Amino acid sequence: MAKVLLFGRLGDVAGWRERQVAATALYAIRDCLAAEDPALGEALAAPGVQIALNQAIVRGDAPVGPEAEVAFLPPMSGG
Amino acid sequence: MIALTEKVFDPGALLSEFCRGRQETGAVATFTGIARAEAGGTSILELEAYPGFTEAEIGKIADQARARFGLHDVSILHRVGKIAPGEPIVFVATAGAHRRAAFEACDFLMDYLKSRAPFWKKEHGPAGARWVEPHAQDHADAARWD
Repeated sequence: MAKVLLFGRLGDVAGWRERQVAATALYAIRDCLAAEDPALGEALAAPGVQIALNQAIVRGDAPVGPEAEVAFLPPMSGG
Repeated sequence: MIALTEKVFDPGALLSEFCRGRQETGAVATFTGIARAEAGGTSILELEAYPGFTEAEIGKIADQARARFGLHDVSILHRVGKIAPGEPIVFVATAGAHRRAAFEACDFLMDYLKSRAPFWKKEHGPAGARWVEPHAQDHADAARWD
């Protein structure tokens, strides 16, 4: 099981910000979430959403270990 | 220092502390961002960070600033949680031998923080709540340094 974190508007769309997901790759996690919640699936596929695996930004798909932390990050804005 | 805080901070106290005990630093530049009321349109600003990741990403850009501008030191304190209009959101201080590098590094760090640092900002107001995403100008500002 990977720990999945949602930030910003993604958490509001899903109605949760952290949960466990059983999947072994990043895109499989995204597909699994999209199948359960199409609105979340659409939000995750929006332009500018990045994925961090164990607190490092990853481009494209990647395998996910059992203790992994996967975060979906919508466009960022500080200051 | 790179840190996040949920508490109101005093930019003047941070500046005094940052300047203390320096012998070779000829210039300290600072920027303080303050939450705007937007003429009553925003009652509370809410900032979310990714604890651990956010500090690490800001640390990387601070290291870049140190190398690029030859800085002696950098300090960044950023609020998270709920922020009322008039409260400081972010404090950036840069120290260098001369003013130009200190000014430019401060500008560089703020452009990064506005559009590339891992923060998510929600405005609460009479019309409801909305997530704020970076404006085209924020991206253009950050791209000046690429």
